[in-house]
Amino acid sequence: MVVLQMNFKKMNNNKISGSEAVVKCLIAEGVDIIYGYPGGAIMPVYDELYKFQNEIHHVLTRHEQGATHSAQGYARISGKVGVAIATSGPGATNLVTGLADAQIDSTPMVCITGQVASSLLGSDAFQETDIVGISTPVTKWNHQVTKAEDIPEVLAKAFYIAKSGRPGPVLIDITKDAQFELFDFKYSKVNGIRSYVPVPALDNGSIELAAKMINSSKKPLIVWGQGVILGNAEKEFKDFVEKTGIPAAWTIMGVSAIPTSHPLNVGMVGMHGNYAPNKLTNECDLLIAIGMRFDDRVTGNLNSYAKQAKIIHFEIDPAEVDKNVKVDVAVLGNAKDSLKQVIPLVNKKSHDKWLTKFKDLLDIEYKKVIKNDLFPSKQGLTMGEVLKEINNYTNGDAAIVSDVGQHQMIACRYAKFNKSRSNITSGGLGTMGFALPAAIGAKMACPEREVVAVIGDGGYQMTIQELGTIFQSKVPVKIVVLNNNFLGMVRQWQQLFFDKRYASTELINPDFTTIAKGYFIESKKVTKRQDLSAAVEQMIKSKDSFFLEVVVEKEDNVFPMIPSGASVSEIRLS
Amino acid sequence: MENEIKTYTVSIYTENNIGLLNRISAIFQRRHINIESLNSSVSEIEGVNRWTLLVKVSENQIKKIIGQIDKQVEVIKAFYHKEEETVYQESCLFKIKSSLLFDDRQIQNIIKDSNARIVTVNKKFFVLEKSGRRFEIDELYINLNKYGIMQFVRSGTIAITKDAMNISEILAEFKKK
Repeated sequence: MVVLQMNFKKMNNNKISGSEAVVKCLIAEGVDIIYGYPGGAIMPVYDELYKFQNEIHHVLTRHEQGATHSAQGYARISGKVGVAIATSGPGATNLVTGLADAQIDSTPMVCITGQVASSLLGSDAFQETDIVGISTPVTKWNHQVTKAEDIPEVLAKAFYIAKSGRPGPVLIDITKDAQFELFDFKYSKVNGIRSYVPVPALDNGSIELAAKMINSSKKPLIVWGQGVILGNAEKEFKDFVEKTGIPAAWTIMGVSAIPTSHPLNVGMVGMHGNYAPNKLTNECDLLIAIGMRFDDRVTGNLNSYAKQAKIIHFEIDPAEVDKNVKVDVAVLGNAKDSLKQVIPLVNKKSHDKWLTKFKDLLDIEYKKVIKNDLFPSKQGLTMGEVLKEINNYTNGDAAIVSDVGQHQMIACRYAKFNKSRSNITSGGLGTMGFALPAAIGAKMACPEREVVAVIGDGGYQMTIQELGTIFQSKVPVKIVVLNNNFLGMVRQWQQLFFDKRYASTELINPDFTTIAKGYFIESKKVTKRQDLSAAVEQMIKSKDSFFLEVVVEKEDNVFPMIPSGASVSEIRLS
Repeated sequence: MENEIKTYTVSIYTENNIGLLNRISAIFQRRHINIESLNSSVSEIEGVNRWTLLVKVSENQIKKIIGQIDKQVEVIKAFYHKEEETVYQESCLFKIKSSLLFDDRQIQNIIKDSNARIVTVNKKFFVLEKSGRRFEIDELYINLNKYGIMQFVRSGTIAITKDAMNISEILAEFKKK
């Protein structure tokens, strides 16, 4: 058998297998780390990954969903394409949540799945599933490969599509026979596809019109989103904000594009955002939306959203223009190019009087909400004071990876960020279980940065098995579980809108520190205020991974809050 | 006005790729919109497919849907048209007992008046073909149904727009780059 194989190789010495080609394509695209889980239909690729382990570091996650979220964390912090790999059937279907998350949050990711041999397609073969059909609505592009010779071009397209224009996830499904087949390998990168316009052309007319409106407005408000970060437009954005002197608010996907401490940064918009930017959305005379898509969690009731204002929308994706909010001027293009063009046309200004309004409303929010969150006088610990301690010891230099729910809103509201690409969270899809694996990817992409995962006790248990990945791959992430023994956000809604009928939201939890110990991860549990600061300090100073459980008040609510269906100006402080 | 439900014709120029039907129909499906008819064929440009869909929606909705279709990687360009902006046809086939053709003179008149065409006749049945507007076909159906129709099938609408869609220019522009 061995002799036979050698002869076979000799006869075809110019040719390589489809599976080797997959790995060579990844290397050619500059991929250094991939996340995945092996299985029957992807084994030939894993065999090649074994041979090329000096070039590509494969991280074995504990579940394919974890592989996708790790790839997302890697992509979000670095701006590079994240890669996840899985086998056919259940391996492939386990990628779906991560794909959907990456699709709605515009995260560049390439997923590669093995598939049964092409002769078996459609026959209900063992571990056969139509992953191309299943993943179609949650991918920017997907494709099935049944011939080895198609692998280089399809993978080159996959990387180009994932990262160009508005980024997104791509899934490539490769049949097992295509992985075995030998062919002449040649790789060239893709730089264009005739049916695909990643970035619409800039239109000078709309830029000039936008500049005019900006110059003549008295009470302008900027709301920026992740488009600023994805377009690498942080510098242009800061220049634009500083030159125009316009107060700027962020969506949770956009935070960290400029530092939280910037004097013109007026906080977060949306359901649990800050009081001032939400209230004043309905008072401004000009709303300048930059790289954001007017998500319903941002706008509240559309019938009473910024109706008094003119609206300018800087946007890369034409399908987002007028989708939720009718705008007066759309400036199509990526944020970097558009802002570069508009900056010379806008007047240098300051809006002191208008800014005072933001300050006044912030004072109200501080007295009614923030003070109690950060410096509570009651006995139970608050989530806010944990974030305050994290800020104290990381000075705003850490990347904060949050999951979904109350803790996420608290983390986004109170975390300090000095640097872009520092807030990694599941925004659009709201995927519980995102944070732990995403933190793994973020830490591996940027080992020099402090990465702190802030997770609720519910979401933590959705992907808790990835502690195994942290242990095996020695990833020094810091994990903070804010434990209120509840699915807190759902409980909050039950309290406010369902007469306190707490249907299936109370959690009887295991001893989390014992579980961490089982994975040989140093751990600590804090139940009293006087122990909190030292515990956070110990966690941040640790060179290795560290697990910190903080038992917080069981029935705290997150405020401010715009109730579902209400207007942004109906934001509640209690 | 923008919220009035009307029939819109959607024309989509695409690459000829497996799975694209799924991708495009999903855009309608997730908004709970029924596709009234669908036709896919080659177009005037080699290697480019042309799709014609009919949907009943508001202009507000169809604008958003076109944006979401247009941004699919393998879609070259998508358009929507109102009825008066297109020249459109459907085609249909009837299978009818041959005996009726000889026993009932009235059927022969119906065929003549409707400009339908007999495709084939044998001892048992004949097949009638008719192209035209939806209402013409509906009318013929009502007239023939009195005598008994063994089988009936109607194609999706195909439509040509009165205005140019400039797909060749889009493709040429890409080649230049």
